[in-house]
Amino acid sequence: MTQIVKMKGMNKYFGKLHVLKNIDLTVEQGEVVVIIGASGSGKSTLIRCVNGLEEFESGSVEVDSHPLAPKGGNQKALTEIRKEVGMVFQQFNLFPHLTVRKNIMLAPMKVKDASQVVANATAERLLNRVGIGNQADKYPSQLSGGQQQRVAIARALAMEPRLMLFDEPTSALDPEMIGEVLDVMRELAKEGMTMMVVTHEMGFAREVADRVIYIHEGQIVEEGKPHDVFDNPQNERTQSFLSRVLAH
Amino acid sequence: MEFQFQFDWQAAIDSIPYLAKGIPYTLLISFGGLLIGFVLGIIFGLLSINKNRFLRWPATAYIEIFRGTPILVQVLFIFYGLPDLIGGPIDPLTAGIAAIALNSGAYISEVVRGGVQSIDKGQTEAGLSLGLSRTQTFWSIIWPQAFRRMIPPLGNQAIVSIKDTSLFSVIGVGELVRQGQVYIANTFTAFEVYFVVAIMYLAITLSLSLVLRLLERRGVASV
Repeated sequence: MTQIVKMKGMNKYFGKLHVLKNIDLTVEQGEVVVIIGASGSGKSTLIRCVNGLEEFESGSVEVDSHPLAPKGGNQKALTEIRKEVGMVFQQFNLFPHLTVRKNIMLAPMKVKDASQVVANATAERLLNRVGIGNQADKYPSQLSGGQQQRVAIARALAMEPRLMLFDEPTSALDPEMIGEVLDVMRELAKEGMTMMVVTHEMGFAREVADRVIYIHEGQIVEEGKPHDVFDNPQNERTQSFLSRVLAH
Repeated sequence: MEFQFQFDWQAAIDSIPYLAKGIPYTLLISFGGLLIGFVLGIIFGLLSINKNRFLRWPATAYIEIFRGTPILVQVLFIFYGLPDLIGGPIDPLTAGIAAIALNSGAYISEVVRGGVQSIDKGQTEAGLSLGLSRTQTFWSIIWPQAFRRMIPPLGNQAIVSIKDTSLFSVIGVGELVRQGQVYIANTFTAFEVYFVVAIMYLAITLSLSLVLRLLERRGVASV
């Protein structure tokens, strides 16, 4: 199997705060890895280190055979990685001055020199795939939160990524819209997309993840199949975290 | 003896053709200066938020100096002071345009800085995560949004600068106020003439406000 992400002894600081401690993590092609943990545990920071939105201080990170260097070194690798890794954010971060269609067409045209015709066809295909083909010419502010997040997923997919990062994709959504976004993610997983997902949706993690990782204070303290992590956690910190989030 | 002042409508109307000769100068100094000021504002505004402090520091110095001194002093300095330095006279029109450019450029730098900084960091992250370079992210994602937010304060600055040109009568540019002064020297109809001058400024600034409002409305739907 090809390893898409390889992290070895990676450390990340915010000033003096040691947010990620000696992280060893690999993600295989086609694997869905769900990262869980309390707020401030470092789980978002971890996936942001994969596409260089955060720099790390020491250790190694390799994404699709492109080695990133500590402290934002190796810009060339970073450029390549960002072309191959899509990201979906908690706050959607759609471009409010562009229509939904243009949001999706922008990166293929600017980065891959796709023609207008090709980029447009891609946008329409992807919008249909995420179930909002009829909203292409609206502006993001005219869509519901769930629709906006589905556009954000389509926008990332337009670059034909080898890996998708999801940073709490449903945390900013009204409860009734969470399902439609998780459905799209479930479909993606089924089609074999490699995914790293930070989420509080334990039901989704249990159902879709190939592997669940529990992070506590910047360290991976438990890792395994969802069934093992959720039903038979070995570490007492995992036990106490799960009892808190699964209780209600 | 009874003294009664009467507004002399005929005097006001008679003054219009002569005063109107000042309008092209007022417009040329205002908009010529503002155009250059806008370019200066983009350059120094962006430099003032650059990570490199050797770029940031000169930009901040420029902004503070031209915001912190009166425009009247600036234009006097350019018109009377600079010729000593460069060894030749500067014509009043050039001095006027330069003063508006440098002065409005400093204020517009702050407008640009504020506009760019008001755009959420998530926009940059989304652009970068899609593989766009920093430059591409800035010009195709950040700038269009920032520019739309900059329209009201830019309009403000344009109106301020148009009115500032009235000060340049002191260096003898034949703009509106200067034309008025010369006309009054012959006719002694100060009340009527300055009234007409004021109306002419108002006509210019109101038309600009109208254009800006239309511009703003066009951009409302998307932001």
